[in-house]
Amino acid sequence: MKLIFERSRPGRGNDLLPSLDVPAAPLPEKYRRKTVPRLPELGESDLSRHYQALARRAFGVCDGFYPLGSCTMKYNPKLGEGAAALPGFTGLHPLQPAHTVQGAQAVLNWTERLLCEITGMDAVTLQPAAGAHGEFLGLLLIKAYHHSRGDTGRTVILVPDSAHGTNPASAAMAGFTVKNIPSTPEGLVDLEALRAACGPDTAGLMLTNPNTVGLFEKDILALTALVHAAGGLVYYDGANLNAIMGVARPGDMGFDVCHLNLHKTFATPHGGGGPGSGPVGCKAFLAPFLPGSALCRNGGEHSIGQVRAFHANFLVVVKALAYLLRLGNTGVAEAAHTAVLNANYLKRKLEKAGYTAAFPGLCMHEFVLTLEELKKETGVSALDVAKSMLDAGIHPPTMYFPLIVHEALMFEPTETESPETLDEAAAVLAEILRRAKEEPEALHAAPASTPVGRPDETAAARRPVVRYAFPEG
Amino acid sequence: MAGYLPAAAAERAAQYAALGLSGPEALYRDVPESVRLTAPLNLPPPQSELEVRRTLEALAEQNLRFRTILRGAGAYDHYIPAAVSRIASKEEFVTAYTPYQAEISQGVLQSIFEFQTMICELTGLDAANASVYDGASAAAEAVAMCRERKRTRAVVSSAAHPDVISTIRTYSFGAGTEVAAAPAENGVTNLTGLLDETTACVYVQQPNFFGQLEDLPALAAQVHAAGARLIVGVNPAALGVLESPGACGADIAVGEGQPLGLPLSWGGPYLGFMAASQSLMRRLPGRIVGETRDSRGERAFVLTLQAREQHIRREKASSNVCSNEALCALTASVYLSLMGPDGLRQVGEQCHAKAHYLAAELCRLPGVSLRYPGPFFHEFVTDLPEPQKVLSALEARGILGGWPVEGGLLWCATEKQSRAELDEAVSIVKEVLDR
Repeated sequence: MKLIFERSRPGRGNDLLPSLDVPAAPLPEKYRRKTVPRLPELGESDLSRHYQALARRAFGVCDGFYPLGSCTMKYNPKLGEGAAALPGFTGLHPLQPAHTVQGAQAVLNWTERLLCEITGMDAVTLQPAAGAHGEFLGLLLIKAYHHSRGDTGRTVILVPDSAHGTNPASAAMAGFTVKNIPSTPEGLVDLEALRAACGPDTAGLMLTNPNTVGLFEKDILALTALVHAAGGLVYYDGANLNAIMGVARPGDMGFDVCHLNLHKTFATPHGGGGPGSGPVGCKAFLAPFLPGSALCRNGGEHSIGQVRAFHANFLVVVKALAYLLRLGNTGVAEAAHTAVLNANYLKRKLEKAGYTAAFPGLCMHEFVLTLEELKKETGVSALDVAKSMLDAGIHPPTMYFPLIVHEALMFEPTETESPETLDEAAAVLAEILRRAKEEPEALHAAPASTPVGRPDETAAARRPVVRYAFPEG
Repeated sequence: MAGYLPAAAAERAAQYAALGLSGPEALYRDVPESVRLTAPLNLPPPQSELEVRRTLEALAEQNLRFRTILRGAGAYDHYIPAAVSRIASKEEFVTAYTPYQAEISQGVLQSIFEFQTMICELTGLDAANASVYDGASAAAEAVAMCRERKRTRAVVSSAAHPDVISTIRTYSFGAGTEVAAAPAENGVTNLTGLLDETTACVYVQQPNFFGQLEDLPALAAQVHAAGARLIVGVNPAALGVLESPGACGADIAVGEGQPLGLPLSWGGPYLGFMAASQSLMRRLPGRIVGETRDSRGERAFVLTLQAREQHIRREKASSNVCSNEALCALTASVYLSLMGPDGLRQVGEQCHAKAHYLAAELCRLPGVSLRYPGPFFHEFVTDLPEPQKVLSALEARGILGGWPVEGGLLWCATEKQSRAELDEAVSIVKEVLDR
């Protein structure tokens, strides 16, 4: 389809503003723009259709099953959208006097208290705008804590080899050296390897629990005790909290600091890649290091500073609060139970259909298949299977992650899917498996029914075209 | 059903039975008993949708919405055309994830490609990313882009937004980058004596925190003579009339995209944008969309240059950015497309004219004067007697006055305020000062 620039015609537009009602005051020549930016020129009707066409070529949770592992693509309640659109929230300037924003402040305070209770932490900041932003902030808390004790030799963050890529990237941004900890054949952190890695240079360990293969680290208390004994702190990556909220709390497992993803666990929509919100919780001894804002919020006594302007991704917090109030104490646990139930239900069905799980037995809220054998037998890869799912109107699972599983497909159905959606997905995948064995070529060519076929990613990276090239003249 | 669970309790019981499990407890046998909760969390009980709606409406009503906002300081009250929020709230955009599966995500990918193009056009630079969290984190990421093995020092203008300066300092604490403050003299940045062979970059803001226009070409010449890079934080609402950072010699332009159709929303979600010259493209953090061809030879868009990113490079990535502010970027694209070049020029001209009108009217009052002599865009600082009394009197009439800065007030006017609103505010200030 056309780019919006290709729909543009000179002289078109929408007279949206009244004419100037004060004396004209041109900008001094020296500062004035010499060339006109080539923004689109088109009427509202054509613009409306352009974006409708783009919407038709997008795929949201509203369009179908979205079992994208580690992303918790649950349903996004409309209640939250409506609440976040209330003019009493959207119309507030971030620097209004405190007595004029008591309701907004109450939204933050209340959400912080609820998240403290869910995580077992003593304090929460809602400042970070995404999970990785929260990771970075959490690691700065750890760094500031060690520095405050004169303990500046703690420069290493330990990260399991199954971790999300953001973990080592955040650690590097916070100035740490990353040491990878191998996993056992059972998919858990290798306790002995962790013991060997811990030492006087250990600043901390970052851990996702349940981990990225969908297993609960059953030795969690031993893991956190090991790190603490070495003088390090333990960071909880809350990407997978959906499995255990209301069942167990990171704060009770020995974690000192954690982040949560409101756009995963707490049902706020992902917006095609944000805005999210990545609150950070911590134990009381880290609270003095929490961030503030130079203009409008006090941080802790020894605040690390701030990682963005103003208060928070406030409207995202409003949506999460709406969700939490709706679920309440029993609903939170029931959501977790059902997320785990659905994952096991789908896992069992896929195993029966002939797929191989990377790790046998019960899983938490997600599980990983390995298609290594299928690829050897038929040449059909995890990518081919994922692309074949597109033709059935199902968003594929996360592919080729975690890195410790070959030909990985990682499924996270979430609790907001009905049994028949899971049954249908299992049937689709069973059919794909049959075709993989009988007509592998067809799967290499999938998808067939989507607006575009497989794109040439290599060419895109080799000669990057990252903006429209306007025709000359 | 609380929790938005579509399956009835009996259906879930059947699922447990199919797995040979007695109930939820059986799912959690790997969780050590000592950490398993034995009672429900101390949260309120579940509530109906109507009850939650009432609660949130009551909270919204506890806030005061000013009918006229003459305060900016990093968040700007512009007119948002009706079509903007309607289009940006389409469910397909709202509920999609990051477009990993290009074949079914062309709509999101194309919208980002269009956004990148618009940011390049506005900033006069070659390449833009899909967005980062906000203007402050964009500035901090830009500083990180410039760090070299022997250049580990950043010079930051004291005339920049205080939250931006603080965010740059915090990110730099992580990276071990030294941050030096360049003083503001007469409300503009002075770099004299601050640049050396260890300086990686200089960050300045245009218009700066005090609303003043910096002499960017002169600053760029100084910075480049020292072998460093110039990062300019720019207000995009000015770029219909103000010379682009690229044309002024900036190597990187960043900014807060909120003025482009995003409501004030008490500070977020907002939109950080980043653009760079071609030579720095591969150092940009976060998602970048590129054009390519699909298996049928048709034009297609994909996430590209992923070798920079955390999921491939892990600790060697250029940044940890994963989720960004895609829906806010889409909103900004819709705004810019509705406005077009002529509309954005009008926004810039009207902001400038109204701020100058407001400044002139205020300065006719006894004891009120402009603090800085230089040219300004749509914000300016006045010295005046009794700023707190002025603000209280304005507030009593539903007007949010300027932001207090060192005994003065930092005012802002945009195209949104009518002459009548500006006149009313001035008359209230006059009443206070006449007392």
